[in-house]
Amino acid sequence: MPEDNVQKCKGCNRPLDMPAFEANMRICPKCGSHEQVPVRERIKMTVDEGSFKELWGHLVSKDLIGFADSKPYADRITETIDKTGENDAIVTGDALIHGTKVAIGFMNFGFIGGSMGVVVGEKIMRLAEHALKEKVPMIIFAQSGGARMQESVFSLMQLARMSGAIYRFQEHGGLYISVICNPCTGGASASFAFQGDLIISEPGALIGFAGPRVIEQTIKQKLPPGFQTAEFLQEKGFLDKVVDRKNMRWMLGKVLSLYRGIPMEVI
Amino acid sequence: MVYLDFEKPVVELEQKLEEFRKQAIARSLDLTNSIQTVQREIENRLEEIYSNLTPYQTVQVARHVMRPKVQDHVRFMTPDYIMLHGDRYFADDHAMWASVGSLDGRTVFIIGHNRGSNVKENIRGNFGMASPEGYRKAMRVMELADKFHAPVITLLDTPGAYPGIGAEERGQAEAIASNIRDMFGIKVPIVTVVIGEGGSGGALGIGVGDRVLMMKYAMYSVISPEGCASILFRDGTRFRETAQMLKLTAPDLKRLGLIDEVIDEPVGGAHRSPVEAMTFVKEAVKRNISELLEVKGPITDYRYNKYKNLPPKMD
Repeated sequence: MPEDNVQKCKGCNRPLDMPAFEANMRICPKCGSHEQVPVRERIKMTVDEGSFKELWGHLVSKDLIGFADSKPYADRITETIDKTGENDAIVTGDALIHGTKVAIGFMNFGFIGGSMGVVVGEKIMRLAEHALKEKVPMIIFAQSGGARMQESVFSLMQLARMSGAIYRFQEHGGLYISVICNPCTGGASASFAFQGDLIISEPGALIGFAGPRVIEQTIKQKLPPGFQTAEFLQEKGFLDKVVDRKNMRWMLGKVLSLYRGIPMEVI
Repeated sequence: MVYLDFEKPVVELEQKLEEFRKQAIARSLDLTNSIQTVQREIENRLEEIYSNLTPYQTVQVARHVMRPKVQDHVRFMTPDYIMLHGDRYFADDHAMWASVGSLDGRTVFIIGHNRGSNVKENIRGNFGMASPEGYRKAMRVMELADKFHAPVITLLDTPGAYPGIGAEERGQAEAIASNIRDMFGIKVPIVTVVIGEGGSGGALGIGVGDRVLMMKYAMYSVISPEGCASILFRDGTRFRETAQMLKLTAPDLKRLGLIDEVIDEPVGGAHRSPVEAMTFVKEAVKRNISELLEVKGPITDYRYNKYKNLPPKMD
């Protein structure tokens, strides 16, 4: 096999034995690096078997402003849907975790860098409203490069729309657990990812408002190693816990089992 | 006057006008006719230039150094203002303005990005790029306004939130995320005006208003045209194209249904006639506050529904 066809670990740059790597939840057996997980695989490893029921999966982005970079945005959407088999950068629905009902969302970094446009905003807004109506906890796995530039102010306004729905959910006693995966920057960080009642993250995840390149350009120096990692954020007080992928489902189940639910008199 | 590149045609005319005025005084000549002719010519040229601004030219006007800044609007709207400082946790961020004062007899709190009008102020206010403590100060003051039952006015004018080491260490993302969420719980009317540069999440961090108004030559965007060009084209010099595509001007955003109102500006922009421009802003803000005070039911419901129902409608 030619060298460049061998997939390497982004953590230690050593070649990966794919079957073993996949069986190990895409954690590098050699260095422990938590590599990215395709969205459907993530759902499978997180919720009780066969319990996931997708909601609003039909929503598709439109080119609202006639945007084109290297290709027209409309074509980019169609091609990405064809390539990934997913309609946008988040999958949302109902599921059980250790037998507890939850409203849950999984961002999909494979869809235009997990960028957040109208569809992601709409689905998270609906998810929070749905969780409030059903009186169930909400969990969102955040993984995003930020707002989707191709939708301009439409995408910026999603920060407000999602946040409004999350505000109402939390005000009524709803529990929202945010799980931040690698990477998470920009608009996702500056909204739902950091609005969790509990905020947890996978080891080594890059998490920040500005991306490291932007900061380096601004301050004109190299950033120290480990800056903006999950561990760094926990040390600075912005994360409850860094949790290994292998323990994530257990951890979520444990927190859910300790939570008494939204008071019945609400709504 | 600081001239923008596309304002060149009026430079000569304004110099001519100045020369006539000097001569009229120095030689006691009656040059009224000549002066009026030149003035009319200047106005015509400005009208012509400003009614055909490209999106990137609008960006230049929005960033104009002589454009009225937050502190100018505050002094004009609430001459008796008291400045409010600090987030009670870490520091007072000079990039974020906060004050209380009376707007024609009504107590209002004003919060805004304080980018400053000269180099000294620019540096002190970090060019309007706020840090987490700035956003936390803004939220503290909005909660104070809630206690005073006084409306909040937020004035947006920032290239974006500050991307620095300290800002990241102190939770820039968390600070903005909390503001955007918690503004939905502020039980007094919030009127937001984009007065210059509405730069992405850093702008929205104080921008969740019940009404969002924009001055005619302001801009509002998810990313600067320069940043967008360097990311999408890997060529930062293609900012004129991205400015066009991002639909960041007030008339475009009004047409798309993303803002509520375009506030007119005098011919030649707010930097040429600041008092007139600030009067337009003040009147629009007063009218919107009055309307919001008439809203039936909780203003927080009104606010949520406004954002929930923003276009596009999805099935």
